Amino acid sequence: MASQSSKMRVAMTVNGRQVDAEVEPRTLLIHFLREHLGLTGPHVGCDTTHCGACTVDLDGKSVKSCTVFAVQAEGSQVLTIEGMAKADGGLHPLQQAFHEHHGLQCGFCTPGMIMRAHRLLQEKPNPTDEEIRWGISGNLCRCTGYQNIVKAIRAAAEMLSGSQKEAAE
Amino acid sequence: MIPGSFTYHRPASVSEAVQLLARLGEDARPLAGGHSLIPMMKLRLAQPQHLVDLGRIAGLKEIRQEQGEIVIGAMTTQAEIVASPLLAEKAPLLIEAAKVIADPQVRSVGTIGGNIANGDPGNDMPGVLQCLDARYVLTGANGTREVPARDFYEAAFFTKLAPGEIVTELRFAAPAAGHGWAYEKLKRKVGDYAVAAAAVTLTLSGNTCKGASIALTNVASTPLYAADAVKALVGSTLDKAAIDKAAGAAMSICDPVADSRGPSEYRRSVLGVIVRRAIDRAKSRGR
Repeated sequence: MASQSSKMRVAMTVNGRQVDAEVEPRTLLIHFLREHLGLTGPHVGCDTTHCGACTVDLDGKSVKSCTVFAVQAEGSQVLTIEGMAKADGGLHPLQQAFHEHHGLQCGFCTPGMIMRAHRLLQEKPNPTDEEIRWGISGNLCRCTGYQNIVKAIRAAAEMLSGSQKEAAE
Repeated sequence: MIPGSFTYHRPASVSEAVQLLARLGEDARPLAGGHSLIPMMKLRLAQPQHLVDLGRIAGLKEIRQEQGEIVIGAMTTQAEIVASPLLAEKAPLLIEAAKVIADPQVRSVGTIGGNIANGDPGNDMPGVLQCLDARYVLTGANGTREVPARDFYEAAFFTKLAPGEIVTELRFAAPAAGHGWAYEKLKRKVGDYAVAAAAVTLTLSGNTCKGASIALTNVASTPLYAADAVKALVGSTLDKAAIDKAAGAAMSICDPVADSRGPSEYRRSVLGVIVRRAIDRAKSRGR
């Protein structure tokens, strides 16, 4: 196989767009997204798998992209905060709810919070407050606490299940 | 933090993986979920020259029943364990334990095989699998063998896993229907290792304890099967005297290191409380 310093081709779908690049195998997914693709929504926070600021959706699962190699995501579907807004530029219900309920202060944790909340609401469309808190327990906010974040996720859940009902009717 | 350089390999089968590991020797490490190994590589505490990614090998992810045995593929994630209807019915102890490992994102990637093979005394599944008297199926270039979980751990990060071998699955007899179970863990925060933790299963006949199993997490350099604590319970009515004796027996075999989770005496004392709680909860669930 190839020598150590040599690069590998990696291809995946990010926010619906097919991308590929030559990367060193040691390139972490977070660095691939930020530095190769210019997607700086996912943040490098603790860089030690604790804080969740780098959370993205990988093949329908929430992952901390600081702890996944880009080459492990070969052929995968990746969704970042940049892929959340509607095609017309309008905010996703989760983004809207974080805005309305002041679910952020500095905003550093927000992209990870929203991506984790997005997957949580796929897993549990109508979570209780306790399920929301358990669901975002891998995401840290260091500004002000979780009260408004929980409120925002609850509001988004209501918005999303309401719009599903409308669509069904 | 950027890990050191390495060559990445993506085998499609177990035989291809173990042949690669045999050929590459000590410079190679298998990569499961990577949630222990990648942080170590970022800190340069591990600098493998080759990573053999087990993530694309079909068949290492299933949870199934074979006659009375439960078989779990080594690449099954903690989240897949939490969501398993078969385990909910047959071995809910595993689910209770998986739920207190790390956080949702880590559980969606971290695997049971990585958790048990790494030999980290802080990991929860080794004690749980000792409690269930599981066997680990180890595969190398020269074939497959089984090692009981209770014999697998030698010291912190030292196990019976031979160079070039990987854990491919784990097997255990499903506990008797109606058994009681509990995994009790004290930790400082979400994602932390245990100050002390205990796994308990009990089989009851009326009020009498007919069978029991107890294993301890993160109170020594390896997980511990608490044989004398089990003896104290079997045949008893799980009265206070028996539980006191079991907790005392468990405390006497543990040897926790003093660390940021507290001094050794504190952690031993906590272990006693944890064992009592685990027995109480297992008792309340048994029929």
